[in-house]
Amino acid sequence: MSDNSKRITIPIGPQHPALKEPGCFTITLEGEKVVNAVVGVGYNHRGLEKACESRTYIQDLYIIERVCGICSHTHSTAFCQGVEELVGVEISPRAKFIRVIMAELERLHSHLLWLGVAAHEIGFDTLFMYSWRDRELVLDMLAMLGGNRVNYGINTLGGVRRDITPEMKELIHKTLNIVEEQNKYYIDLALHETTLAARLSGIGKLSHEDAIKYGAVGPVARASMVKDDIRVSEPYAAYDQIPVKVVTDDHCDVFGRAVVRVLEIMESISMIRFALDNMPDGDLAVKFPRKVPAGEVFSRTEAPRGEDTHYIRGNGTDKPDRVRVRAASEANWHGMQHMLEGDYLADVPIIIAAIDPCYSCTDRAFIVKDLDHGDQRVWDWQSLKRYSVDWYKKRGFDASKIKLAERRI
Amino acid sequence: MKKGPGKIAGFALEHVFKKPATIQYPFGKLKLEESYRGKIEYDAETCIGCNICARDCPAGAIKVVNVGTKEEKSFQCRLDVGHCIFCAQCVDSCPKKCLHFSPNIELAAFSRDNLKVTM
Amino acid sequence: MLMALFNIVIFPGLLFLGIYALFFAFLDRKLYARLQNRVGPPWFQPLADFCKLLGKETIIPQGADRRVFVSLPVFALAAVTTAFIYVPIWSVNSLFPFEGDLIVVLYLLTIPTLCFFLGGWYSTSLYATIGAVRALTQLFSYEVPLFMAMLAPAILAETWSISGISAYYAEHPLYILINIPAFLVAMVACQGKLERVPFDLPEAETEIVSGTFVEYSGRLFAIFKMAIDCELVVVSALIAAIFLPFHAANPWLGFLYFIIKTVIILILLCLFRASMARVRIEQMLMFCWKILTPLAIIQIIINLLVRGALA
Ligand code: SF4
Ligand code: SF4
Repeated sequence: MSDNSKRITIPIGPQHPALKEPGCFTITLEGEKVVNAVVGVGYNHRGLEKACESRTYIQDLYIIERVCGICSHTHSTAFCQGVEELVGVEISPRAKFIRVIMAELERLHSHLLWLGVAAHEIGFDTLFMYSWRDRELVLDMLAMLGGNRVNYGINTLGGVRRDITPEMKELIHKTLNIVEEQNKYYIDLALHETTLAARLSGIGKLSHEDAIKYGAVGPVARASMVKDDIRVSEPYAAYDQIPVKVVTDDHCDVFGRAVVRVLEIMESISMIRFALDNMPDGDLAVKFPRKVPAGEVFSRTEAPRGEDTHYIRGNGTDKPDRVRVRAASEANWHGMQHMLEGDYLADVPIIIAAIDPCYSCTDRAFIVKDLDHGDQRVWDWQSLKRYSVDWYKKRGFDASKIKLAERRI
Repeated sequence: MKKGPGKIAGFALEHVFKKPATIQYPFGKLKLEESYRGKIEYDAETCIGCNICARDCPAGAIKVVNVGTKEEKSFQCRLDVGHCIFCAQCVDSCPKKCLHFSPNIELAAFSRDNLKVTM
Repeated sequence: MLMALFNIVIFPGLLFLGIYALFFAFLDRKLYARLQNRVGPPWFQPLADFCKLLGKETIIPQGADRRVFVSLPVFALAAVTTAFIYVPIWSVNSLFPFEGDLIVVLYLLTIPTLCFFLGGWYSTSLYATIGAVRALTQLFSYEVPLFMAMLAPAILAETWSISGISAYYAEHPLYILINIPAFLVAMVACQGKLERVPFDLPEAETEIVSGTFVEYSGRLFAIFKMAIDCELVVVSALIAAIFLPFHAANPWLGFLYFIIKTVIILILLCLFRASMARVRIEQMLMFCWKILTPLAIIQIIINLLVRGALA
């Protein structure tokens, strides 16, 4: 059966109605079954990290916020935290709470968005429309708090830019009630609608061991019983003062990921309520210097899609030396091929959608085409480093002599 | 709820006679909060021409120029709405608070030149 | 002769069917939108879409057989229009009733699906080919229960003509209750025929772009779209004629009844479409063969028994 004549290779993407952003999945089919899948991302490389190196920290904040359209707050929080750690300032407790409230609202809207997208991928447009309708309520809250629907811009270096007034608090409580009511219905629906269960369960399998092996993060990992959540394992902002319950599930498939997400919405709602009611008083932002001392820092946050990490290296000026962002989707791509193989072509879009991929935030793949030899290879970090050291050496600057550890103050 | 197909039908039917959640955009508009970050407005009276706004703008969209003489200064703000990312950092940075944002978001124009406004 | 021409081209033929199909498409979309709490399109949207498509460039793929590629949409539309002539509209009788027209209509309604298959196959595009294969696989699964569900009432009425069936049930309206399982089977199976969610696999947008139609554009696509819209009308008219036998002696009133009946069926079909997710091809096969077909067989047995008891 497995001779090549029976196989066809079809490209899903880079432009495909199922994918909202460009990414190419080369799927080899035998009938309708996927026997091989090659994940190709990198169509959307925007050079954000490089752009950050040529701008000041305060300008970078807004660039970093635009790494991802959906989890913009998480990126800016990670960046702010990193820079604040470099400078060594502690932000006020109130600012921490506001950051948490925004982060959880963002998780709400992201998960509702995912529910809609997933429903759309399997042709269930009614659920798609309703979940997006309710997401709109959350977006309105975010717009009210931050001043924009997507890039809230509430974080600033040293705190937050806007306060939550008592009236806003009232309104958020009210809206949360509606969202909670609706979400209960969606949970009910997800668990009882047969066509939904028929399409979601049993596909995109990622066992507990594989989830660890491929380094899955976020809801994908948690749906495989990996109890991994930065909010708990390394609490940042005000998460150490707020009870966080990590939702896990043992389905290990797309259905499990859906369950984790809808249940996480409930968790987020109760966390926002708790944070609103227990918000301490205090300043919004502390004074922040323009120049950031030399040193490097690694900062992590839990994005709606999983762990988001930022690496920032300062060099004593007002511009960073290096900024590296690893968005959550980037970690989840690795298991993709494994998840796709053995499933039906019809399931490919929903399996891809199940990790809630964000293409442009992950596009940092480095593929070098050696035209002379015609081979194509992926460079690992070591060879890339060697290459850059050589490149600078040729121009009279020996970077290898500088010890990074020594530069830290 | 019992398991079965078509569970959402009742919920959907309920909504047929309810007010739709969408609007027909140019004929009906959503009200935006006053605090929505839309187009930047400028007050030339209080501006001192320090250009801190321009220094902090991540998009390089704003610039304040002196159109008067050296003694009789009079400032003009050149804003490229096409480049502006509506972050309002310029508003935060301005020492004289002569910039502020408005909830005006209907800024589309037919040519790029029309997006460059002088205030 | 002139009358026949009028019948074919204007009423109830091409023109009426076309206009009614556009109205149906609007109603379907509007209702679908309202079910999703949206505003929905204005009444002229399907017409506007149709006109827009007519004005667009028609692209024929290089590898495709030109003649077949061009003629398939026309074939599909012609078959659907022909089928419509044998479906009763303003009274129990259709225009040219004859014994056995039920079978003819059912076969005529298979032609569009075959045209979709061939259209996809001749497009020589990967997505279209997969869509074509799916269309054919799907055809084998829903066609059997659909045929059986339509034939069960015919067995009870002891006639193979749609007009005869309509007349029989108009006389004995209570017998229609016996046919309720067949009605349900027919409603579900025709979702497959019309390629609507949950059985819209051949054109599943998020999986295989738009499947069989991916290479069709401009005028040819407009005709295909028209054929699909017309098929919706014909199928609902057929179901209405067989399962909802409420007729009036006055042709005007009868026509009104026809509109009401078909719209009710459209509403049901739309509700189906709005409340389910798309199934996978193997799930569809399983469903059709394991649930729909046995149900239809049971219906036939029941109807045979009732027939025997009545005789
Ligand atoms: S809002 Fe932001 S992008 Fe726009 S001019 Fe001000 S600083 Fe620049
Ligand atoms: S920062 Fe304020 S005062 Fe300074 S140039 Fe800009 S607008 Fe004028």
